Amino acid sequence: MISYIVRAILIGVPMLYGATGEIITEKSGHLNLGIPGIMYVGAIGGVTGAFIYENSCGNNIDNMNPFLAVCIPLLCSILGSILMGLIYSFFTVTLRANQNVTGLALTTFGIGLGNFLGGSLIKLIESDMPSISLGKTSSFFCTKLPFADDLGWFGELFLSFDFLTYLSIIIAIIASIVLSKTRVGLNLRAVGENPATADAAGINVTKYKYVATCIGSAIAGLGGLQYVMAYATGSWSNDAFGDRGWMAIALVIFALWKPHLAIFGAFLFGALFNANTYAKGLGVETQELFKMLPYVVTIIVLVFTSMRKKREHQPPASLGLSYFREER
Amino acid sequence: MSQKPAIELRGITKTFGKVVANRNVNLVANRGEILSILGENGSGKTTLMNMISGIYFPDEGNIFVDGEEVHITSPKDAYKYKIGMIHQHFKLVDVFTAAENIVLGIKDGKYDLKKSTEKIREICDKYGFDLDPEKKVYTMSVSEKQTVEIVKVLYRGADILILDEPTAVLTPQEIQKLFAVLRRMREAGKAIIIITHKLAEVMELSDRVSVLRKGEYIGSVNTAETTESELTEMMVGKKISLNIERSEPKNPTDRLVVEGLECQNRAGVKVLSDVTFTARGGEILGIAGIAGSGQRELLEAIAGLQKVHSGQIIYTNPKTGETENLRDKTPRQIRELGVRLSFVPEDRLGMGLVANMDITDNMMLRSYRKGKSMFLHRKAPKDLAERIIEELAVVTPGTSTPVRQLSGGNIQKVLVGREIASSPKLLMVAYPVRGLDINSSYTIYNLLNEQKEKGVAVIFVGEDLDALIELCDRIMVIGSGRITGIVDGRTATKEELGILMTKTTNESAGDTNE
Repeated sequence: MISYIVRAILIGVPMLYGATGEIITEKSGHLNLGIPGIMYVGAIGGVTGAFIYENSCGNNIDNMNPFLAVCIPLLCSILGSILMGLIYSFFTVTLRANQNVTGLALTTFGIGLGNFLGGSLIKLIESDMPSISLGKTSSFFCTKLPFADDLGWFGELFLSFDFLTYLSIIIAIIASIVLSKTRVGLNLRAVGENPATADAAGINVTKYKYVATCIGSAIAGLGGLQYVMAYATGSWSNDAFGDRGWMAIALVIFALWKPHLAIFGAFLFGALFNANTYAKGLGVETQELFKMLPYVVTIIVLVFTSMRKKREHQPPASLGLSYFREER
Repeated sequence: MSQKPAIELRGITKTFGKVVANRNVNLVANRGEILSILGENGSGKTTLMNMISGIYFPDEGNIFVDGEEVHITSPKDAYKYKIGMIHQHFKLVDVFTAAENIVLGIKDGKYDLKKSTEKIREICDKYGFDLDPEKKVYTMSVSEKQTVEIVKVLYRGADILILDEPTAVLTPQEIQKLFAVLRRMREAGKAIIIITHKLAEVMELSDRVSVLRKGEYIGSVNTAETTESELTEMMVGKKISLNIERSEPKNPTDRLVVEGLECQNRAGVKVLSDVTFTARGGEILGIAGIAGSGQRELLEAIAGLQKVHSGQIIYTNPKTGETENLRDKTPRQIRELGVRLSFVPEDRLGMGLVANMDITDNMMLRSYRKGKSMFLHRKAPKDLAERIIEELAVVTPGTSTPVRQLSGGNIQKVLVGREIASSPKLLMVAYPVRGLDINSSYTIYNLLNEQKEKGVAVIFVGEDLDALIELCDRIMVIGSGRITGIVDGRTATKEELGILMTKTTNESAGDTNE
């Protein structure tokens, strides 16, 4: 049971990153459907960085500096996803392109780019398997507290994770606080709700949209990195990331655009996502039905929140709309 | 000690393209005084105030605040000079609380909503506002939202307040509350400017009145020394002759009889009450009124687009003499009876034409039901399009040009031309000359006269009183959803119409449904 929960949390973390990033972006009025692609780029960015660093150190783990081994993939990942965010903002904010089309194109592009780079790296090492293993880098990412193993189930449930897992929760909580308790958050929400009003109040709408999208993308990209380095223990194979990106977008709706709710949602989604492998004696066809569970739950939540019609639980009012400053 | 005016405008001129919105306007507002800016629709009141609040920049002229010349280039600048404007359309974020909306965009040290809320409460106590700072805006009534807007500018330290038609959306009780607050602010030494076209309110509230007409400054008078009729004359001006032909109606017969019509908008507020009139064949019935007094709802109710709450709309078919109650008919059935509506909204394209489609396709919007096969017949609509282009001298590269690319006047010719081409029995046109130059306007007037001579009952909703007086056989004036009078077009004067237009009996203004 405990191992099931631990597994659920590990699966949930990338979705939490993705959802937190998407919430921040959506609060600025932009529905970024490029999140799956951005997470994919975040993952492959980290993989590329780690691959280069591991190879530059030869094959001896003792040559690797733990600090650099973590920071280089981290930076590469963030850089990759911010670039994706910039592309998205340039198209949707500056050129006012359709957000859905841009986002979907970016997802296709991100996954293609990831598979291209992944495939190239696999070719480089002339591996028999269609995957890359970065076990050493992963081991630095997954360093636990030394006494965690001595604490039995408590240690396993609360202290056994990699640092990116804890960071995801911290980021989600900080995002919640910033959104609801600070002036920056107030301004950002105003931009997403009613950009004309925000503009009239002297808020730089374009700047807020750009920054929110790029920060959101960077956070989402970390989800990809956590998936490769912690969940998959450093092994990359093309398309293994699956539809976690889309789950992250579903999670945004499930969490009612509140990052702190997304934490619990992510773990629930992780548990549901994994339910098919833990429920014994299922045929292939029932397993597939089990995989639907997170989406079914999201639809149920959508139905309930729509029925209650509480305005606080609705998406930002100008989500998906481009902002033109009206001129006569 | 001579007091310097809080704000003074000298020789302000503003043009948009060829349209002059303000020409050489001078204006003075003092502290501890309520100044009304009075004028008809399109007389440039709002444009003028937008220049003070930094939305537009004047082409010519100077603005002085406390005797110093200032350049106001953005709403931020306006706040710097302690000028605050309350727009007709509120700029509020719906899911925020009142307090969040009020502090939005202010950068003064720490973000502390509690402290701000206290400051808001102080302002409310001082001037007697009734406002809960923690209430969400989307749960508020229009009057509460307006209060938020006013508190917002006071919170930013505004000394000069400009209110654009503040009473247009309020009930009589709310108006009295607003006036009480405004008087208290006057006593606190603030300069208050209200834009309005309601004479009764001007007389009740303000100390001085400045009148604008067609963008020009007519003059200022002290309220105590003037009368409503003097103000009306300043507002509408002397009669201008337009020389529109007007023939005597030939044996007019009742075509449409409206009795006790009442309509409500979605919020359950009466937009039309007890409307009774008759439109006759071979006659042009003009409808005059301040914008938004129910003209649109009336036409839509006749065309079947607006739900009728009570009352009758009896239509007499001129050929058979049969009568039908349009109230029970669908818009299509009403159209088939020969009732046509062409409405030119403010943006000119909102109703009736599809901007991205060409003229032929727009003609087809009225005839697509004809024809037997599953494919469209484009020949007839194309011929019609060509005929309209030729007869009405529409300037266009061809029938396949999207109407979006035509100029406003040509778009309107296409719209009116299409409705006329279907040989209507009852033709309703609203603001067909909106924004048109004088020659295009005459083309439209002539078209309406032609229809009248053919025995069509024409209902013409217009803004320009001069044109209404010269074109229409009878003029019906509508105010706040009620008919305030029906006068003969041949003997009517502008003053008479102006008084009827601004006549707001207390029980009718913004009547709510109880």
